[in-house]
Order: sequence, then C-alpha cells, then structure tokens
Amino acid sequence: MRAALLIAWKDLRQRARDRSAPVMMLVPFVLAFIFSQIMGGIGSTGLRFALVDEDGGPVARVFVEEALAPIVDSGAVELTVAGSLREGRDLAESGDVSATFVIPPGFSDEVMSGREAWIDVVGNAGSPISTMAASSIAASFAGEVTTSQASMAAAASLGSLDPGRAAGMIERSSGMPDPISIVDVSATQKSLDQNTFFASGMAVFFLFFTVQAGTLGILSERREGTLSRLLAAPIPRWSILGGQLLSSFALGTFSVVVMIVSTSLLMGAEWGSPVGVGLLVTAGVMAATAMMYLIATFARTMEQAQNMQSAAALVLGMVGGALIPIAQAGGLIERVSLLTPHAWFLSGLSGLQGGGGAADILPDAAAILAFAAVAGVGIILRQGSLTRLARP
Amino acid sequence: MSSRFDASEASGLHDGGRPVLECRGLRKSFGSLVAVNGISFHISEGETYGLLGPNGAGKTTTISMVCGLLEQDEGEVLLDGTRFTPGSVKARAGLGLVPQELAVYPDLTARENLRFFARLYGLRGEDARRRIDEVLLLIGLTERADEVSKKYSGGMKRRLNVGIALLHRPRLLVLDEPTAGVDPQSRNAILEGVERLADEGVGILYTTHYMEEAERVCDRVGIVDAGEIKAEGTHRELVDIVGEFDQIQLTATGDLAAAVRALGEIGAVREASVRDGGIDLITVHAPDVLPDVFAKAAAANVLVRRVEVKEPNLEAVFLHLTGKALRD
Ligand SMILES: Nc1ncnc2c1ncn2[C@@H]1O[C@H](COP(=O)(O)OP(=O)(O)OP(=O)(O)O)[C@@H](O)[C@H]1O
Ligand SMILES: [Mg+2]
Repeated sequence: MRAALLIAWKDLRQRARDRSAPVMMLVPFVLAFIFSQIMGGIGSTGLRFALVDEDGGPVARVFVEEALAPIVDSGAVELTVAGSLREGRDLAESGDVSATFVIPPGFSDEVMSGREAWIDVVGNAGSPISTMAASSIAASFAGEVTTSQASMAAAASLGSLDPGRAAGMIERSSGMPDPISIVDVSATQKSLDQNTFFASGMAVFFLFFTVQAGTLGILSERREGTLSRLLAAPIPRWSILGGQLLSSFALGTFSVVVMIVSTSLLMGAEWGSPVGVGLLVTAGVMAATAMMYLIATFARTMEQAQNMQSAAALVLGMVGGALIPIAQAGGLIERVSLLTPHAWFLSGLSGLQGGGGAADILPDAAAILAFAAVAGVGIILRQGSLTRLARP
Repeated sequence: MSSRFDASEASGLHDGGRPVLECRGLRKSFGSLVAVNGISFHISEGETYGLLGPNGAGKTTTISMVCGLLEQDEGEVLLDGTRFTPGSVKARAGLGLVPQELAVYPDLTARENLRFFARLYGLRGEDARRRIDEVLLLIGLTERADEVSKKYSGGMKRRLNVGIALLHRPRLLVLDEPTAGVDPQSRNAILEGVERLADEGVGILYTTHYMEEAERVCDRVGIVDAGEIKAEGTHRELVDIVGEFDQIQLTATGDLAAAVRALGEIGAVREASVRDGGIDLITVHAPDVLPDVFAKAAAANVLVRRVEVKEPNLEAVFLHLTGKALRD
C-alpha cells in the first residue's frame, strides 16, 4: 500500500508540473457556462408559445389561467400574448414562437351551450415537436371541457345554468388532479434544470478525459523506461497498478469537485444532497478510471491508447446523454444510454435534484459501480500483458 | 528491506568469495527467435563481470531475467544463493538496476527522482536525505539537483540514471550499457563510480559493446553472441585464446570487400573483415605478413592510408571467436 501511495503521489506531482493541467480543469466549466448562456436565451425547454384570445369569455380565461399559467410559471414555457390573429400567425410563421394558441370568437358561448368548440393551434413548420406539445395542451383542455360539458348538460337539464357557474365548474374540473398533459410531464419526469444539466453533463463527460493521464500509467512508465525500475524494485506488482489507479482517482475526483463548486457558485447549478452527490461522484470516478484503464491495456503505445480512450469517452458521453439530454428522448436511445455510466450518473443527479436523498439514488450508484467492477475484473485479467512487455 | 550492504564488511576479494549472482542455463525465446540460448555465469562479491557482445546478442534479455523483469523459459537465477523469480519481492532490495534506456522522470528534478526511488526502497527521513546528498555528489549533480531533469544534458541524465540504482546500496549492481551516447567526461565519471563500488564489495554485472570499457572495469568478461557465451575469463585468459595472433587494422578506401577476399588467402591471416572505413586482420606475427598485405591490397585497387598493428585485445578475441567485428 505504501508503494502504491508513493507511486500515486509521484504521478500527481508530475501532473502538477504540467502547465496545461489547470487549463484542462477549466475547460468543462467554461463549456458548461457558455452552453448555459446560449441556451438561457431560449428558455429552459425552448418552448415559446403565443396566445390570441379573440373570445375574451370566461372559458377562455380558464384555459389561460388553469392550463397555460402553471406551465409558464414553472418556466417550461414562455408565453407571448398577441393582440390579433394576424400578429399571432406572424409570430408562429416567423419562428419567434413555435406555436400560437388561437381561441376563436364565441368559444365560451359554444362551450357553455354544449356545442362543439375548439382551440386552434398555429404551429411553426420548423418546430414540429413544440407544435405537438401545444396541440396536446389544447387537446387535453378540450378533453376536460368535454367532461365538464357532460356535467353541465346534467345541470342544465335540471334548470338554467348561468355562465359564471358554468365557468366555475370547468375551473373546478381542471383544478382536479386530472392531468393537463404537459404540466404533468415536467412535474413527474425526472429531469435536471438546465444549468445543472450542463454542469453535471460536462463534469461527467470531461471526467473520462481527466482520468486519462493516470490511466496511461504503465504505457507512460514504459515510454520513460521507468517501468523496468519499478518492476525491479522490491514492491509487489499490484502496487504499480494500484498507485496509478489511485492517482487517476484523485485527479478525477478533484476535477469533479472543482466543477461542482464552480458551477454552484457561478452558474447557480443545484447538485442536491451532498451525501448523494458524494456517492455518485465516487462511483463515477471509479467507473471512469477503471474503464479508461482497461481500454489502455489494449494499446501498445501511448498515442494509440489516447486515441482509443478519447474515442470511447466521446461516444460514451454522447450516448450517455452528457452532451445532449438523450435520456429524455425515451425509447431505444434511452435504453441504449443505460449502457453508459454517464446516463446513470445524470439520472442519479436528477433524482437528487427532485429532492431525493442518498438512499433514493442507491440503484444509480450501484449501476455505476457495476461498470467499475466489470472494468476492474477486465484490468486484472489483462494485467499480465501490461508488464510482460516491460523491457529495461 | 533487509540486506542493506555494509561497506565495512566488504572483503574486496572475489576469488572464492560468495557468489552474489549465479545464472544457470538461462534460455529465452521471443516467438521463433531464440534471444538467449543457455547462458550460465556467476559473480562474486566485489567482482565486476562484463557481458561483451554486439547489438542483439542477448545482453539486455539476460539482464531482464536476472532482475526478474522477464521470466526465463528455462534455467534459474540465484541471488545470494536463493532462487529468484519475478515473484520474489524482498530479494529485489539487494538489486540495483541501471536500465539501458534512460529511466528517469523528466518532469521531476534529480532530487525528486532520487527521493521517489529512495522511498520505494524503504529509505526514509534523515537517512534518505543523507544518502541522496551522497549520491548527488557521487554523480556530480549536487549543484543542479533541483532542476527538472528534462533540462539536463544527455550526460547528466545518464549520470542520474546510474545514481538512482546506487541509492539503496545494492549487493548486486546491474548496469546495461550505462555509457551509451555519453561524453568522455561523464563516461569517465561513471566508470570511476563503478570501480569504487566494486572496491566496496558490490558485485557488478556490466554489459557493453565497448571493448575498452570491458577491459578497464571488468575482472572477468563473458563474450556473448547470438544468445550464447562464446568464451569467458579474465582479460588475460581471453587474450590467450587468440594467443600468438596480432591484429592489423588498415584504414583504406576502395573495394574493401574484394580486398578482404584477397587478404583472406594469405596463409598467416586467420581472420579478415571489413570495418567502417577499413579492414581488420588477425594474423600470425604481423611484421612478417605486412608486405604481403600491402601487395594484395594494391592488387585489389585498395588505397591504404594508415596501418596499425595491435597486441591482441578483446576485440580481436571476439573477431576470432565469431568472425564478426564487435561493432557494426
Ligand atoms: N520483447 C521482445 N520481443 C521480441 N523480441 C525481442 C524482445 N526483446 C528482445 N528481443 C530480441 O532478442 C534479441 C536480443 O535482444 P537484446 O535486447 O537482449 O540484445 P542486446 O544484446 O541487449 O543488444 P543491444 O546491444 O542492441 O542492446 C534481439 O534480436 C531482439 O530483437
Ligand atoms: Mg541491450
């Protein structure tokens, strides 16, 4: 153990001499910051809607207050109120908003008299997904209106129904836990707020690059010729490997901690429960170190190892959703992303951000540790080939 | 970290001294290439043993097995009488290795390099500090000890490379061509260091393809070629193999290969070979042969610029044993 610590300390000391090291530490923060600035202008989900209210009646007001206001307040949607149909259409067509809700004249009357009524959605051709989101908001409101109409019809059959009471009934029914779909989605699906997503995504993405230096250990010792010295020294073989894994681990942890502190202070990122974050980070760094080390065992030269590792780190990061929030895409991509520690790391963090504690993210941490364990076994199996090539 | 060597116990004698190292029938192949083909030798306390051989002879491979870096296919290595394998951890404390390639951390200073390895060998505190200063003095790097080693000259790096192996006062010091590519001043410093350690009783295994170095520092030399020790003994013993032969070195231009063929036909000439810019001959009693040599050379249209007649040396022995020059 003493030898492993000595080797780790020596590695870190060498790394500290490397002038580019502090710059490399800053790169993920700078990128996260830039992304959050760029995306910050668009709004957190990028959803911008406009509203044209040509009706002005009580049911239209219910739509605005009950269906739209909550999602606007949650920050998921930015809403522009257009003065006229013309303006509303222009906004959507020019792409200033992705879709415009148009409440036609007489909408409230139609609803209250139990006739068919609808809210039009004018979508921007370039934003089909946002348009679909807008349509589903309108459709889910329409669904409620139909339910209310049924009860209103019942009420009407018993006596006259004044407009105020009818609107009240619709309001009550939309206030019920019954879903207005998009609001519901953002409330229950685990997703990180934007700044925290960029902060943690960049942190875990670059973690796999940061640990590289240490995981090239055997190859770099071989290149410097010092591997034969280490092998000839009265220390157990495993301590050479152990020392290098240790220095990688220390460096990786340090880089993530730097990210956590800087993004919390300067970008308002919210990482969540410290114990939970600590757990995820520890597991994540272990997985990154072990996986990158394992890859290096298949290379003959440092350059080869670096290329292989960089390619792997890039693909894992992309697929794992560290650069783009792929995990929320659902379906096949989401399932594939679970083959990366990145996805589990991010999902663990969103669990924490949703108010979860360390106990809630144990499955995520365990999944990440499984990556570390599998890679660890791989390293042990390959260790022989690492030292066999040693030449004095 | 047991057996630290204590100089006061040194006998300085090696004949009949305890063998520090014994190699028996070492064999190692890489695929179909037999790099070391049954090498045996032993080194006593205070004795310097040289492995002299050309590139690819198997010197480094032999050393790798001696130091437990490579596992031999056959044969065994005994360190201080105990069987040594790549798994023997403790036994390595008695071993100091100077690898053929530079083996220092370029981003660390000389002192940091020394401190790291001192600790790896279990030296600590005041003990380590004192020893590091001693070694720095020995390798003449005291004044520049705190500069990162990548800024050193080639010779300084070489000296540091040697110094690291001395820190823990090994009982057996293994040097693999420690002077390769070194200026005469650094070379001399290294050779003097080796001689001093031998005087202190350290057993030394020294590989080189410089005949002069082997002649100067080695008590006994094994001449290696193609993975085998062709001959072994003291300088005197080896030279006696060539016996009454002299060596003639011609510096010449022209069709040297043709000249060598012609010269080989002279009865007294035992060996004739082309060397860079000249021809080497091993002959019986050189003065008698010289007129013939000139005549044949002229006939082969070779212009002889300089002639040197030498008493037989290890180079001549090597030529005699293998029919090849030591250096290509
Ligand atoms: N790891 C290896 N894999 C394959 N071949 C090897 C390996 N190590 C050595 N060899 C081969 O074994 C032979 C002996 O090499 P070795 O390095 O022992 O020679 P050497 O006497 O030290 O030569 P030099 O004076 O050039 O250092 C060479 O032909 C070399 O190519
Ligand atoms: Mg060699």
